[in-house]
Amino acid sequence: MTDKVAPATRTITYRQALNETLRAELEHDDKVFLIGEEIGVFEGSYKITAGLLEDFGPERVLDAPIAEEGFVGAALGAAMLGMRPVVEIMTINFSLIAIDQIVNHAAKMRSMFAGQVSIPLVIRMPGGGGQQLAATHSQNLEVWYAHIPGLKVVAPSTPADAKALLTAAIRDDDPVIFLENLSLYSTKGEVPDGEQVAEIGKAAVVKTGTDLTIVSYSRGTTTALEVAHQLEAEGLSIEVVDLRSLRPLDRDTICGSVRKTGHAVVFEDDWLSYGIGAEISATIGEGVFDFLDAPVRRVAAAEVPLPYAKSLERTALPSAADLARVVRDVLNISSTPNDK
Amino acid sequence: MAAKARTRSTAEVKTAGGEPADSLRGFYEQMSLVRAFELRSSEMYARAKIGGYCHLNLGEEATVVGLMAAIEARDYLFTGYRDHGYALLRGLSPERVMAELFGKVTGVSGGRGGSMHLFDQETRLFGGYGIVGGQIPPATGAALALKYQESAGPDAAAVMCLLGDGTTNIGAFHESLNLAGLWKLPIVYVIVNNGLGMGTTVEKASAEPELYKRAASYRMPGVRVDGDDVLAVRDAARDALKQARETRQPVLLEVMCYRLRGHSVVDPARYRSSEDTTIAQQSDPVPSFRTELITAGVLSEADAAAIDEAADARVTEAVTFAEESPEPDPKDLFAYVYATAVANAPSALPGEPVMDAL
Amino acid sequence: MPDVIMPRLSDTMEEGELSRWMKQVGDEIHKGDVLAEIETDKATMDLEAFDNGILEQHLVAAGALVPIGEPVARIGDGSNIVTGDAAPAAPAVAAPAVVVAPPADAPAPVVAAAAAAAAPATPTPTGELRTSPAPTGELRTSPAPTGELRTSPAPTGELRTSPLARKIGREHGIDLHTLTGTGPQGRITRTDVDSAIAKQQTAPAKAAAPAPVVATSAAASGANESVDVPVSRIRAVTARRLTESQAVPHFFLTSVVNVERLVAFRADVNESLAALGTKVSLNDLFVRASAVALRAHPEVNASWGDGVIRRHQHVNVGVAVATDDGLLVPVVADADQKPLGAIAVETRALAGLARSGGLSLGQMTGGTFTISNLGMFGIDSFTAVLNPPEAGILAIGAATDVPAVRDGILVTVPTVKITLTVDHRVLDGAVAAAFLRDLVALLEEPLRIVL
Repeated sequence: MTDKVAPATRTITYRQALNETLRAELEHDDKVFLIGEEIGVFEGSYKITAGLLEDFGPERVLDAPIAEEGFVGAALGAAMLGMRPVVEIMTINFSLIAIDQIVNHAAKMRSMFAGQVSIPLVIRMPGGGGQQLAATHSQNLEVWYAHIPGLKVVAPSTPADAKALLTAAIRDDDPVIFLENLSLYSTKGEVPDGEQVAEIGKAAVVKTGTDLTIVSYSRGTTTALEVAHQLEAEGLSIEVVDLRSLRPLDRDTICGSVRKTGHAVVFEDDWLSYGIGAEISATIGEGVFDFLDAPVRRVAAAEVPLPYAKSLERTALPSAADLARVVRDVLNISSTPNDK
Repeated sequence: MAAKARTRSTAEVKTAGGEPADSLRGFYEQMSLVRAFELRSSEMYARAKIGGYCHLNLGEEATVVGLMAAIEARDYLFTGYRDHGYALLRGLSPERVMAELFGKVTGVSGGRGGSMHLFDQETRLFGGYGIVGGQIPPATGAALALKYQESAGPDAAAVMCLLGDGTTNIGAFHESLNLAGLWKLPIVYVIVNNGLGMGTTVEKASAEPELYKRAASYRMPGVRVDGDDVLAVRDAARDALKQARETRQPVLLEVMCYRLRGHSVVDPARYRSSEDTTIAQQSDPVPSFRTELITAGVLSEADAAAIDEAADARVTEAVTFAEESPEPDPKDLFAYVYATAVANAPSALPGEPVMDAL
Repeated sequence: MPDVIMPRLSDTMEEGELSRWMKQVGDEIHKGDVLAEIETDKATMDLEAFDNGILEQHLVAAGALVPIGEPVARIGDGSNIVTGDAAPAAPAVAAPAVVVAPPADAPAPVVAAAAAAAAPATPTPTGELRTSPAPTGELRTSPAPTGELRTSPAPTGELRTSPLARKIGREHGIDLHTLTGTGPQGRITRTDVDSAIAKQQTAPAKAAAPAPVVATSAAASGANESVDVPVSRIRAVTARRLTESQAVPHFFLTSVVNVERLVAFRADVNESLAALGTKVSLNDLFVRASAVALRAHPEVNASWGDGVIRRHQHVNVGVAVATDDGLLVPVVADADQKPLGAIAVETRALAGLARSGGLSLGQMTGGTFTISNLGMFGIDSFTAVLNPPEAGILAIGAATDVPAVRDGILVTVPTVKITLTVDHRVLDGAVAAAFLRDLVALLEEPLRIVL
């Protein structure tokens, strides 16, 4: 038996976990540099890079002009020569301007050039709606990237995972899309001190249960946990699987959980059709058909460009109440009066 | 029409005299090799040995040879998809290039890239790129990396990024030149202006058809040179690279040449006027350089014929090699998808279950 | 393309009943699709397609008895679709097929036109379709989900079940048709199957069924009130086999078994198996005890065949199960080698399959001895009819308390009467009696059953 002392932990925000990890990796490897719009002087649109320009200088924390295709591609080119750039795209919506560089180039090069070059590139970007940013600034486009072989896509839901997955992403030799979420930045959680490196491609069972599995990722996992605990009080035992990695997808963990519970609901912020949940549902159908006691259901965003007005926005986005209702539906339990 | 309008500008660089005979002879050998290789590629495409798209450097040989004479081994080269000649002169064997066109495992990109995607880490050929303009941001980023990795100076490396005339209209071109000008990156952007973006003339595509002038927006020198003059091309490119490596001054170099045939091997180029075709044929740099060297006494007729025959034989060897090389093994299908091994990496073939049913 | 014929689906099958069409005329057929269910003399089997194409014609209607090798349907390219009622039974339904098939050397449209002209007054469905070869797509009905049909071998109706319920049902021999779903839209879910299993375990004896009781209703009512009930294949075969068996010279031996310790033993066993969720019935103990006794008496584990007595290496005990369609005898193979718990689980599964029509051929063949138990009906004792070619069958009656004096005190002792029917060609009285004596001893000292 080895003496293994659990590292000390601190309760910090998701934002702080990202900031500390970027700082640690800038210190850890001088090939690492940050590049993006407003990350230096402005300290990041969401203040993820606060204080880093001051401590690491304008070469390591490189403010780029508004030219996503240009600077994402430039980061890619620097990665080809062995640098380890970490790009911040202000929100995932703007990544569409750089999508040729990400999809046609970063994802392809290693394979197309028979392994002669690798692309140690991280692209951080927040997705998500709910801040009344209207249709163009509220999208969840992660499935666009999760579809592409050659990319890795991770989506941490907690400050601890944000730290461990960002460290893993920066040290990985492949292009990694690092999905953040506007509404997660201020959430708090315990984060272990010291170096933490997660394994990309692995999901986590973040709550165990026996009656039904909720599969989610990023912000959705926090809602899933909230609903699971709420239903626990009603005597339902809900298991929550946090995907953590959207590509590769940990199908074994998903199916292992559903095999046990016989019921599954996917909770996702993206649009329903062709979304992450569609892939999860197909996986469950293929992997554990014989163990399903009810059809797999998906709780996803209404398929509409997200409106600005709060009332419409709230209606369109999947909520905890929506999830609880569907969980009860799947378990064939009528809603209790104290719901809502 | 288009060709007639393309008069040489005053910004042209004049050939310096006094080039050694050996050097001139070497340039002719290279031009002859590119010509022979491209003609044979065309034939092998017709014989269905080569698939997909296939774009040839026919008519651009002087440009190819001149640019490759200027670039140093330590420099990085990014090109578009018309890349065979550059790969050959970067030092890749005709065997490996032809094998790539044949889709063989011995090809420069292991048979995974094809004609448009020649890549060689060793000679710093950092890719042919199939998407118009796709190479420009990464080339710019390579120059950014060089700035992190070494100091400016005569021994520093630089990046040469080739692009076509049509590419100067794409956003990536302007974004990248802006970054290079802003950050003072060691890079030379070379517009190989053959007058046609597929079938569209420069005049119909660019509001400023004197493309080198676009550099002005990015406070970058813009230079135009006669692409049929191998020495002029070399000298202009060398000068541009010198600025890039020694003072980190990016340069935009425009090389004027003709595309002898269609956009790709399957394009009969019927949109070209007979007048334009005639000019292209008259400007064909290979026979004119040949005649020039014979006239100057650098080569005898017999020497030139021997060089052509040798080039042809060299290409025949390449074809034989490509023909006899093995196809990539299907079991290696997923071999290069990821550099860092990752849990749950997909490996299902079409129709295979994504996982074993539990 | 060749016609689809009635396949040979069991070693004793001579004809089969096409009990249900699973594919309709116009359906697109792929190799391996289940075209119909066939009830053979032993089981309900799938009729699978060997060809791809369009189902053009049913040559027989559901319910028809068709000899092996006779055509039942036609699969083609869809150009000769014939709908309408297929001839009700008989395999000799060649007529419509002949009418429909266009002469090989004549272009089909001409034939069609001629037919239309010839028979305008009586546009039979057949003629109509011939004259207007409707686009096949229109005629296609959505193909039955064959996967589901395979996994739930229920002969009738649509069943809404979860895959998990089907899986558990299969494993426990629960016929899902007997359950009422409590899930959304009446879906049968895990909860429903679990409660059915629980019920089954509390009343396990229900499984076995009487052989002779078959002879019930030929009875009472006046002739003009009689109704002729068509018999199923199973019943027809049962009738034939039992009639044959009456030709076998046989005799009966009866013993009374004191089951006081057997009942107590069963309670002990069930207590120790409770954690595993398995329950052992008295019948399971009889199966196991018989198997152990048979192993010790190989002369009884035998059968009469063509002038020789065939002694069997394996001890395979059949258990008679009453089903709606007739008597079935699934077999617990190597019952002497299996632990009690395994016998209990297997017997329960086999009984469930028997009732749902899901028994495979292999599960019904190879028996070397049979047990028939009518105890749960309160029958004190009865004699069972031999199940040829087996040499013995054991009939088990109900447990009855009888008075006895123990240590000078009058007490009640539970007893069971068991009656062995013996094929006299294979066994003589003394040999059979020795077997029965040892069997009784085993049942009265139940620990030996499992040792």
